[in-house]
Amino acid sequence: MDPYLLDGVDFGDVVLSVAKAILAFVICLVATMFMVWFERKVVSRLQNRIGPNTSGPFGILQTLMDGIKLFFKEDNIPKEADPFVFRLAPYLSLIPAFLTFTLIPLGGDFNNGNDGAVTVFGRETFLQVADPPVGILFFLAMSSLGIYGIMLAGWASGSKYPLLGSVRASAQAISYEAALGLSLAAVVLVTGGLSMNSIVMQQAGEGFGGIIPNFNIIVTGFIPFAVFLIAGTAELNRPPFDLVEAEQELVGGFHTEYSGIRFALFFLAEFMNTVTMAAIIVTLFFGGPAGPAFLGSTLGWLTGMFWFLLKLLVFLFAFVWFRASLPRFRYDQLMSLGWKLLIPLSLGWLLVLAGIRVARNGDLGIADSAFGDTLIVIGVAFAILLIGMYVLRSAMTNARRDRLIAAGFNPREVN
Amino acid sequence: MGLVPGLATGLGITFKEIIKTVVKGAETVQYPHEKEEPAPRARGVIALHEENCTSCMLCARECPDWCIYIEGHKELAPPRRAGGKPRSVNKLDRFDIDYSLCMYCGICVEVCPFEALFWSPEYEYSELKIADLLHDKTKLGKWMTTVPEFEAYEAGAEVKAKKVPALEKK
Repeated sequence: MDPYLLDGVDFGDVVLSVAKAILAFVICLVATMFMVWFERKVVSRLQNRIGPNTSGPFGILQTLMDGIKLFFKEDNIPKEADPFVFRLAPYLSLIPAFLTFTLIPLGGDFNNGNDGAVTVFGRETFLQVADPPVGILFFLAMSSLGIYGIMLAGWASGSKYPLLGSVRASAQAISYEAALGLSLAAVVLVTGGLSMNSIVMQQAGEGFGGIIPNFNIIVTGFIPFAVFLIAGTAELNRPPFDLVEAEQELVGGFHTEYSGIRFALFFLAEFMNTVTMAAIIVTLFFGGPAGPAFLGSTLGWLTGMFWFLLKLLVFLFAFVWFRASLPRFRYDQLMSLGWKLLIPLSLGWLLVLAGIRVARNGDLGIADSAFGDTLIVIGVAFAILLIGMYVLRSAMTNARRDRLIAAGFNPREVN
Repeated sequence: MGLVPGLATGLGITFKEIIKTVVKGAETVQYPHEKEEPAPRARGVIALHEENCTSCMLCARECPDWCIYIEGHKELAPPRRAGGKPRSVNKLDRFDIDYSLCMYCGICVEVCPFEALFWSPEYEYSELKIADLLHDKTKLGKWMTTVPEFEAYEAGAEVKAKKVPALEKK
């Protein structure tokens, strides 16, 4: 809970909340504009091109120009479309994108046990719009709600390609949200809390040897981070998971029938989601505004902002890098990656982490010491993981063989 | 598990590319501001050396698009040696190439037996009206100034490289 809300709410607190919301909205919009420019510029560099360079210095106003152009374009609603849902869908896509952004701690000093609160006009507050105790659940809810925008847009367009795109979107969301949630559960397990602020605070302390930071990527053992990065990219419908708007197959996917300002809203939501997802990854696995503890906080609360922006930029670059390098998944590859690899892996890893935590607390009592318990648990857990993986693989192979034989293949040639 | 090494290779390739682009700059030539150097023997526009043309009509007949228009008449020229009969030569009245039809196949240049047609690498002759793309013989003659010298063939070639005729000063 934000400290300024603890002892009753007066008029000043309300003003502060509104001011924070407006400021965050402006930051979010500017960040989105920057992201569109950054993506186009970096992709062009990755492909040995120049990219936008005419509007403003280094073409940085290109997004603004595109926005102005889209504002003045004709706003067309197809005859076959459901007009109400067609109008509603872009907002269903945009508003959750922004609401997720309100969860992100943007700065503050987290060193030496500080909780990142800064004093504004005599009131202590976090540098985030809201810090609800259900933080991570709110993120999951909003990221699922954003899919509704895409689904309804495709359905309401009353045409084939958008419908196919939205069906793909919903299938993709269902497959990858489970892996996303399970890798998040690992973070929650380590933190013991759902609020974003507590997650950052837990990561701010000194890790092994005082030099390696206590970030969740290390504490949870990298696998949840890898799963979250992949599932997050799929959740964003960004390449290589952009089947929803695969140009070669579906024209424009769910936004085929959209034009003008409504299309601009979808576009904005997509990039806002990218920025937000990068920020969430930074917050959950890389300590958000908390830098490596031994470097201290020389700039006060700006230190947090500096670290946050630095890490954010790395992940924004990573998303653009993936887009420029990786070819799009085929639909069955997408499904098999989600269901056969990511979900079992993140589920198994969560169980291993839970077992290790119980053993380290010394509650198990198999060996003489907690360390011995931990070693035993790690050994058993990895043995179970390996056996489980073997069983899963052989089950998949058998199922494939049965399928092929049922389809009329010669049983001798199928193996 | 060929998946992870494959990903790493792909990401590595693009990362090398970005380093190359940042260090050396992009390959892009920003056309209106800087001009691209055309390739040697580029087919930009066809130039006409009028003095060599005998209006034999071979080019006009070979042209797949029928975009060459030739009209001519016969004239008496002074004899080569003193006391000889006056020669009869063909004079061009009209030699037009319609570049709105031309497909730049270069057959006319190849079939010309008297070396009157040449390729020039110039490419900036777009017009606002399509009719203006019809180049008459004066305009085609002016392109002769832009025709580059033929490149020498490699050593041991049996054919001698052609020479571009020098323009007569008028």
